Amino acid sequence: MDSKEINERIKAEAIRQHTISVDPNATKTESTTINMTDGVLIPKKGEKHVFTSWRLTFFGALILSAVLIIFFPDPYRLIFLTCLRGAPVTFEVTIFSIIGAVIIGTFTGLGSVSKRRWINMICGVYVELIRGIPLLVQLIFIYYAVGSLFHVEGMIAAIFSLSVCFGAYMGEIVRAGIQAIPKGQMEAAIALGMSRAQAFRYIILPQTIKVILPAIGNEFISMLKDSSLVSVLSLEDILRCGRMYISRTFLSLETMLVVALIYLIITLVLSRLVGLLEERLHKNG
Amino acid sequence: MAKIEIQNLSKDFDTPNGILHAVKNTSLTVNDGEVVVIIGPSGSGKSTMLRCVNGLETPTSGHILIDGVDTSAASTDIRKIREEVGMVFQSFNLFPHLTVLDNITLAPIKVKKMKKEEAEKLARELLKRVGLEEKADVHPPQLSGGQQQRVAIARALAMNPKAMLFDEPTSALDPEMIKEVLDVMLSLAKDGMTMLLVTHEMGFARAAADKVVFMDKGEIIEVGTPEKMFSNPESERTQDFLNHIL
Repeated sequence: MDSKEINERIKAEAIRQHTISVDPNATKTESTTINMTDGVLIPKKGEKHVFTSWRLTFFGALILSAVLIIFFPDPYRLIFLTCLRGAPVTFEVTIFSIIGAVIIGTFTGLGSVSKRRWINMICGVYVELIRGIPLLVQLIFIYYAVGSLFHVEGMIAAIFSLSVCFGAYMGEIVRAGIQAIPKGQMEAAIALGMSRAQAFRYIILPQTIKVILPAIGNEFISMLKDSSLVSVLSLEDILRCGRMYISRTFLSLETMLVVALIYLIITLVLSRLVGLLEERLHKNG
Repeated sequence: MAKIEIQNLSKDFDTPNGILHAVKNTSLTVNDGEVVVIIGPSGSGKSTMLRCVNGLETPTSGHILIDGVDTSAASTDIRKIREEVGMVFQSFNLFPHLTVLDNITLAPIKVKKMKKEEAEKLARELLKRVGLEEKADVHPPQLSGGQQQRVAIARALAMNPKAMLFDEPTSALDPEMIKEVLDVMLSLAKDGMTMLLVTHEMGFARAAADKVVFMDKGEIIEVGTPEKMFSNPESERTQDFLNHIL
């Protein structure tokens, strides 16, 4: 999902939550923009075809896994067991990294809307720098660069790199979320005598969180998939466990099929959860 | 209560099409306890002038004095001024994630360091005053426009301001809700609150205003009592405008 789409979704969400009055003089503009995105990620009940295709994929993957385990226990049962041994590492890396990314992203987002030019500049350069370098290159770079100065564990290096990388994207999400809150909210807070910091803390950020929560969920899913890259840092995640199994048994095709199935099932479950979360927010909004 | 003096105020905006002179060298005094209504066509600089008074916009030149204190002086804490001058917006700008009660108590607690119980007691009194004591625990989006605007007035009053600014407080409301908001404003005016309003409610201006100011293209064209302004305005532009809306 590119940042433009994130911006638009966040704006639409904020407008939906805040539409109190409508300017009767505003001319209605027919939008003819065609959005090129990588498609609807999260199935919702309204979108029948997406929901159905989600179900088809999900149950297809489940049934295929079941068939493989039950009817071809040799070698699939062992492959599944071996690969799943990497799942805790995958989740550990993902969860700690998303926490790191949210923290970095919050500061970056606040920095991007700061009134001080030099803070904007620092955040802007950080975002541009990170977005311009492939994640795999960053991962290896940080691992060896930091490793040449002092010894770092693979896990720390992985969490650090993923946090720094996703922090930049998260920063953009937070920035878009803050900017999606109507200007009047800040003005009302200021007019009551609050400082900008107080206004952010009590008025702007609580509303931003609600708006960007689905986007954070999506980042979590991308992070889970991209965490497979940490296998190059000799971390035993799902992919690495699979590849080690291949080097022992040479069952490349079978093992990679299982690895793919595991990632697919986890991702589909998570995307459904994010969809439910979003629905919930809409209802309470 | 307070006296608002606007002296030679100018405000320019940089737009892609060049500089827009929103307010041009304008002066106006609102005396203690006076109600002054600003009318005029849209884009005439009424709201900009109002927003300069509590520092939401920084004047390009000129001065604004509140009880003789220059708001643009380096020694003045603009936040202190904002505590003393309440503002009500056209689009209410209530905080949708907080209950009505929290909307009202937030600023007294965080800015004035008032105790929570004390602030809540004050908030309930104010809600009673605007006729919404039973709505204390609901969230703003569940209220009608008129109710939201009354909460917004209560929120501004909770800071115990010396003066109130109203920026088209009824323009976003359905006709049947305008009266309930105007009634609250009328009772404030009767209590002697210094008020500076931008509004299109000529009925309110007639009933409560001490002075009516007509603005056009960033300049004050005419100032007078409501009777004089509505029955025989001097300027042709004022006549034109009033003929269009009355």
